[in-house]
Amino acid sequence: MAIEKMSIAKALNESLRKALDTDPKVLIMGEDVGKLGGVFRITDGLQKDFGEERVIDTPLAESGIVGTAIGLALRGYRPVVEIQFDGFVFPAYDQIVTQLAKMHARALGKIKMPVVVRIPYGGAIGAVEHHSESPEALFAHVAGLKVVSPSNASDAYWMLQQAIQSDDPVIFFEPKRRYWDKGEVDVEAIPGELHKSRVAQAGTDLTLAAYGPMVKLCLEAAKVAAEEGKSIEVVDLRSMSPVDFDGIQASVEKTRRLVVVHEAPVFLGVGSEIAARITERCFYHLEAPVLRVGGFHSPYPPARLEDEYLPGLDRVLDAVDRSLAY
Amino acid sequence: MTVESTAARKPRRSSGTKRATGADARKSAAATQSAEPQLVQLLTPEGDRVEDATSSEFAPYVADITADDLRGLYRDMVLTRRFDSEATALQRQGELGLWASLLGQEAAQIGSARALRDDDYIFPTYREHGVAWCRGVDPTNLLGMFRGVNHGGWDPTTNNFHLYTIVIGSQTLHATGYAMGITKDGADSAVIAYFGDGASSQGDVSEAFTFSAVYNAPVVFFCQNNQWAISEPTERQMRVPLYQRAAGFGFPGVRVDGNDVLACLAVTRWALERARNGEGPTLVEAFTYRMGAHTTSDDPTRYRADEERAAWEHKDPIERLKAHLLASGHADDAFFAELETESETLGKRVREVVRAMPDPDTMAIFENVYADGHALVDEERAQFAAYLASFEGGN
Repeated sequence: MAIEKMSIAKALNESLRKALDTDPKVLIMGEDVGKLGGVFRITDGLQKDFGEERVIDTPLAESGIVGTAIGLALRGYRPVVEIQFDGFVFPAYDQIVTQLAKMHARALGKIKMPVVVRIPYGGAIGAVEHHSESPEALFAHVAGLKVVSPSNASDAYWMLQQAIQSDDPVIFFEPKRRYWDKGEVDVEAIPGELHKSRVAQAGTDLTLAAYGPMVKLCLEAAKVAAEEGKSIEVVDLRSMSPVDFDGIQASVEKTRRLVVVHEAPVFLGVGSEIAARITERCFYHLEAPVLRVGGFHSPYPPARLEDEYLPGLDRVLDAVDRSLAY
Repeated sequence: MTVESTAARKPRRSSGTKRATGADARKSAAATQSAEPQLVQLLTPEGDRVEDATSSEFAPYVADITADDLRGLYRDMVLTRRFDSEATALQRQGELGLWASLLGQEAAQIGSARALRDDDYIFPTYREHGVAWCRGVDPTNLLGMFRGVNHGGWDPTTNNFHLYTIVIGSQTLHATGYAMGITKDGADSAVIAYFGDGASSQGDVSEAFTFSAVYNAPVVFFCQNNQWAISEPTERQMRVPLYQRAAGFGFPGVRVDGNDVLACLAVTRWALERARNGEGPTLVEAFTYRMGAHTTSDDPTRYRADEERAAWEHKDPIERLKAHLLASGHADDAFFAELETESETLGKRVREVVRAMPDPDTMAIFENVYADGHALVDEERAQFAAYLASFEGGN
């Protein structure tokens, strides 16, 4: 056991450091990842220790970052690219969807695409437009991509290394509002599977399923609900593609109620898919329809309205009450 | 040879580049390009060796080419054209869903491809049948995607010939990244990225230019300017000659007669030498012409004049080398007759292989979606297999 307490940001930094140290084919690429250490300092100090050939400051061109990472992967490298903010991934969306995701299938398996695209995502940091979005469903919908998001420091540390070791392209969503949350990381542990969910808290009356930044909120909601005598189970999905439906199913078969929470718009979001599949799988177990809590079908609002747009404690608890009322 | 020396060469009008366009477009084009830029040419359309200041700069790069080599280049072009015409016929007969013909672009492809070493890596678009031929990719493998049985029927790593890329210009970034990897490996291989005049309008191509320049990547950007992006003429893609664009990114660009196989060979060798010497990227604009349709789905008679095609027919890459071979005595009738027989054999083989090409197994839908597996794919595979199985022996 080698437990260290560190923030999610630090855990990601340590994870990248370990990956660079372990495998000479791992490269870090992105805007400002070098001297600055990234706008969130996730790559802080890495260029200093591993050099400009391993930690590469790139031109300001997202399609170019992902497109050249694909070429480097074809040459045998394992690029980890940083997209500075969620809303800036769209110039690279073409390369991710038409090339990165499909190259393995197109080549009948002869080519592997071990590229990780790191995206700090989500709101609640008072940012300007395009700096607070949750576009994970747009990536989860694309076959060939894997999509994950850690909610705590330990997962940040281990999931990123597992993503880098994967021969598939992984879109790695980092909950930027939680970067400074601290947690315990066992740097010598044997990590669980990258795409398995985790019961963050056990309960019997209702399941709250969430990932990334919303896991902490759901744990807080469970705490408040407990004061009202309700036993809430919180499942941290960890992976949006594939989704661990078995894990959610096991929880719902126990609690018989499910509320899915994410920051992204509810309409056609990851929660929609979970609601549909869990309804199929657990039709005779459910005591209430699966409910969803998330953003609205609107552009992400100006920061002064984001508290209303984003799911907060009250909206989660309201959904819990509605579910329990059936 | 530098950007400056290339750009500073005295303009010379190249014939056949004029076409009927709106008067305004011609006028504005004239404002930005005072005259058609010269292009590197080593063989005239009549098959004569060119000996002027420009050719003397590049002629040394093909000084070693023997009569045997010339016959080899001719053979490559003839067989590639034969393969291409067979594929067009097969599409018309319903054996292929689509075909993108290279008719007219044989010299650009064969000349550039024969400049490459085995350890160089090639990123084609979807029309580089001649390049594939030179890399030893069985031409019948190129037809799978057009027949609809796969998205590319060859292992890219076997011949260092990447799969065809359909999204315009995407592969120029892959080429640049691959070239960056070569530099990291300390190797002296090079990369060549093929694309068309239409692709030059894509952001990815500009980003590839930027990345390759700032990382000094050993990549040759080989643009076959065949004058048309489906129905859009070059006037809709650019206001200055394409090769000049390289200067703004900080590397040399050169325009070569794309219907002159010898000049294409020489210029590509020069560009590759620069790449291997650590001098970074080069843009080669092969000035050529697509004699047929963009693909078998479009009809060029709707958007371009017959006279234009006729003007380019005079500059045919194969006829040009044939004239040279005959005038120089490097080939005799027996050579041409033997090649004719070989062409027919190739055509027959292509026809037979395509017609015998089996449909893929149904369950291939679920194969190779992920390298490491994916729970949802596994689930859907099992469900679909069970669904299919339900038909057997059932009512």
